[in-house]
Amino acid sequence: MENRSLVTIAHHSRQKIEYLIRMAQEFEKRPNRSLLCGRVVATLFFEPSTRTRLSFETAANRLGARVIGFADPKVTSGTKGETLKDTIMMVSNYADIIVMRHYLEGAAQYASEVSPVPVVNAGDGANQHPSQTMLDLYTIYQTQGTLENLNIYLVGDLKYGRTVHSLLTAMRHFSPTFHFIAPDELAMPEHYKMYCRENGIRYVEHQDFDADTIAGADILYMTRVQRERFTDLDEYERVKDRYLLSRSMLSKAKPNMKILHPLPRVNEIEYSIDDTPYAYYFQQARNGLYARQAILCDTLGITLDDIINDKTIIS
Amino acid sequence: MKRQELQVAALRNGTVIDHIPSSKLFQVIGLLHLEGERSAVTIGYNLKSQKMGCKSIIKIADKFFSDAEVNQLSVVAPNVTLSVIRDFEVVEKKEVRMPEELIGIVKCDNHKCITNNEPMLTRFHFLGKERGTLQCHYCNREINLSDVKLAKG
Repeated sequence: MENRSLVTIAHHSRQKIEYLIRMAQEFEKRPNRSLLCGRVVATLFFEPSTRTRLSFETAANRLGARVIGFADPKVTSGTKGETLKDTIMMVSNYADIIVMRHYLEGAAQYASEVSPVPVVNAGDGANQHPSQTMLDLYTIYQTQGTLENLNIYLVGDLKYGRTVHSLLTAMRHFSPTFHFIAPDELAMPEHYKMYCRENGIRYVEHQDFDADTIAGADILYMTRVQRERFTDLDEYERVKDRYLLSRSMLSKAKPNMKILHPLPRVNEIEYSIDDTPYAYYFQQARNGLYARQAILCDTLGITLDDIINDKTIIS
Repeated sequence: MKRQELQVAALRNGTVIDHIPSSKLFQVIGLLHLEGERSAVTIGYNLKSQKMGCKSIIKIADKFFSDAEVNQLSVVAPNVTLSVIRDFEVVEKKEVRMPEELIGIVKCDNHKCITNNEPMLTRFHFLGKERGTLQCHYCNREINLSDVKLAKG
């Protein structure tokens, strides 16, 4: 059988991304179905991630699947020295699909090679998190009506931020202009800038983070600047408040501009922004459900046609 | 015949691997799995060389390597020369070429990579001469060819 696992969307074609967006649109219209009735989804979280796990489990539940798994690695045999391969082989006897979060990089690729059932990567260390990227793409499409020719501003931790790297890679098909706003210690790594140049992605680096700088943004993608990422704590103290978004900074924003954030936020988006039309991070999180419904179906071999002609719709 | 060449006996049939940097000799032996070899293996270590100053040489009787086996040497000793000998004559010279994929040869230097935490073989993709790097198939880490460490030993 063809291996339908989803490890990364870095290699997805433009067509494939658009296809998954179409699927997610169908689920947004009608999320409750029995399409996966009789199927068992395993969620194996070798590292806790409540948000991602709830989103995947909701996606499975709303499609009628049953869910098994663990949310806490302390209860698994991994602590007894069991290898990842053995855990995967054991679980694949029970489940039709495995959704896995792991703290080691490359774990999802390896699991997909040894597993007889498809594996969906729900994050492997600092490496890949394709369902997050898919929901980001879906949200950008939903708010802008297109993925083409957008000005996307990435703010905060651009060095370690897995989500911003994946977004950069996935957007290469759509002729974007990226704007990087980050402290020196957390600047976009050189090899990603090289990737941009090799793939004809325009990018601009900004020193300032103010109303004028972000006036041209269609998407303002905020991330958290974390203290533990800094080797020089004086540097952290100097820059920590420089990448906070305040309501007054939105005075020149374009009407279509939307603020995204992978969440959890700490203080990088002022609370008073939440009730402006620019705030979109909670809807973005909601889109995680539709994107993950699309991913589960696609990985299990259910097509867009199946979803459009679905007779199992509940509501 | 020069005295230096007499240091190692001539071969009737087999393979001569010449111009091995002496510091890499034991890695070459490991990569070609010569520890388990049953036919005669002659090893010249720290021989004088006009080209290299100091080199090592291995002669293996009645043993012929596939291109894939030869290419395993690419990360350790890319400039060695292999001569295939039949009836005392050199009938073919083989060059080491970097294969597109290296399996079980190179160690990933990312300690959070799955390959350093599971009993499994590593796998690397060669990203081209210009870039001069290998990329881990699992964690995507890129390693410069000059910094490569071997998976075993």
